[in-house]
Amino acid sequence: MRALIVDDSRAMRLVIRRILGELGVPAEEAADGAQALDLLGGGVTPDVALVDWNMPGMTGVELVQAVRADPRFAGLRIMMVTSETGADRIQEALACGADEYLMKPFTPDVLREKLNLLTNSEV
Amino acid sequence: MALAVDDFAFVQALVRRKAAIVLDPGKEYLVESRLLPLARSEGFASIAGLLDDLRKNPHNGLNRRVVQAMTTNETAFFRDGHPFEILRTTVIPEVMEHKRSTRRIDIWSAACSSGQEAVSIGMTLKEHFPQLVGWTVRILCTDLSTDMLARCRAGRYSQLEVNRGLPASLLVKHFRNEGIEWVASSDLRRMMECKELNLAEAWPVLPRFDVVFMRNVMIYFDVETKRSILRRLRSVMRPGGWLFLGGAETTLNLDDAWQRTPVGRSVVYRSP
Ligand SMILES: C[S@@+](CC[C@H](N)C(=O)[O-])C[C@H]1O[C@@H](n2cnc3c(N)ncnc32)[C@H](O)[C@@H]1O
Repeated sequence: MRALIVDDSRAMRLVIRRILGELGVPAEEAADGAQALDLLGGGVTPDVALVDWNMPGMTGVELVQAVRADPRFAGLRIMMVTSETGADRIQEALACGADEYLMKPFTPDVLREKLNLLTNSEV
Repeated sequence: MALAVDDFAFVQALVRRKAAIVLDPGKEYLVESRLLPLARSEGFASIAGLLDDLRKNPHNGLNRRVVQAMTTNETAFFRDGHPFEILRTTVIPEVMEHKRSTRRIDIWSAACSSGQEAVSIGMTLKEHFPQLVGWTVRILCTDLSTDMLARCRAGRYSQLEVNRGLPASLLVKHFRNEGIEWVASSDLRRMMECKELNLAEAWPVLPRFDVVFMRNVMIYFDVETKRSILRRLRSVMRPGGWLFLGGAETTLNLDDAWQRTPVGRSVVYRSP
């Protein structure tokens, strides 16, 4: 499994990358939606994308919509990883094409469990 | 301050006698980490002070709180995944066929902790068996711990708890958020009845269960208690009823009347 981390916080990307590293999941990083689309369009092919909501430029949900509109990325599983925690927010993200939703803050175990739910596998 | 040897022995004997829980030597740290907060909240400076008081006044209800504080309440929604898959693919279809005339299903979440197991059973039924509308489905939730039962009854979960094991789509469908907490729907809570029950003592009159989840609790008990529980369990289940145990639990060499039934890469037990 390979992952793409999309978060404008460098510290957050580092935290997530470390946890993924311990699970044996290599990860690419993007600091915003535009960079994420560049990476995806440029041939980086992750199985999962972990996407923050509030980022400069494009929001995470707008990124999800853009990805879902492009048939090249049809196999990508997307999980929002965000401090937005309202039921309406979760509903909105799912309706826009996110597959899972993880509320910050979380523990490494929780991220692992959610990844397993997301990919129907066991890391 | 380290736990005195006779204080550990005292707690060991107490939880064994009251809840059949075996505390092996080496678990001193567990006694310290679980009882220090209790000691403080009861107004004692140390665990030794709490236990001294308990020795002098063995009947003031404190021993119950000590036993409850020593229980491990770890649980999660859809814990281990596969039991709930088997429930959906194999168990409920059989039960519905078997109960089609009475249209009543009795399920027991024995040692339910804060209720995530029962709520997961309820969600599985609601999601995959719309035909059950008009049926009576009861999920009896029992535990030794009054604190856990209160939580189970309230059906209120923290963000951290709903992050664990629960698909986001089910979270928004079956829970509503109140501030930072999430409350299970009244539909789900209506199916659940929460009652105190010590598995190691005599059981009250119970329904004839079609399905029993008794997961991750027998691991704490001694062999005699496991045997006695498995034997009594047969008498409160209908023939062919389904028993789910935890991943580290089995009926093998304890009560071989149970029929071990592999489903996929997992195992479920059927009552004779
Ligand atoms: C680890 S939890 C398991 C919860 C759930 N069944 C699961 O698998 O996630 C164990 C529960 O067993 C309860 N327990 C321990 N000893 C018990 C006893 N003698 N009778 C009833 N419940 C007991 C504890 O209070 C605790 O809530």
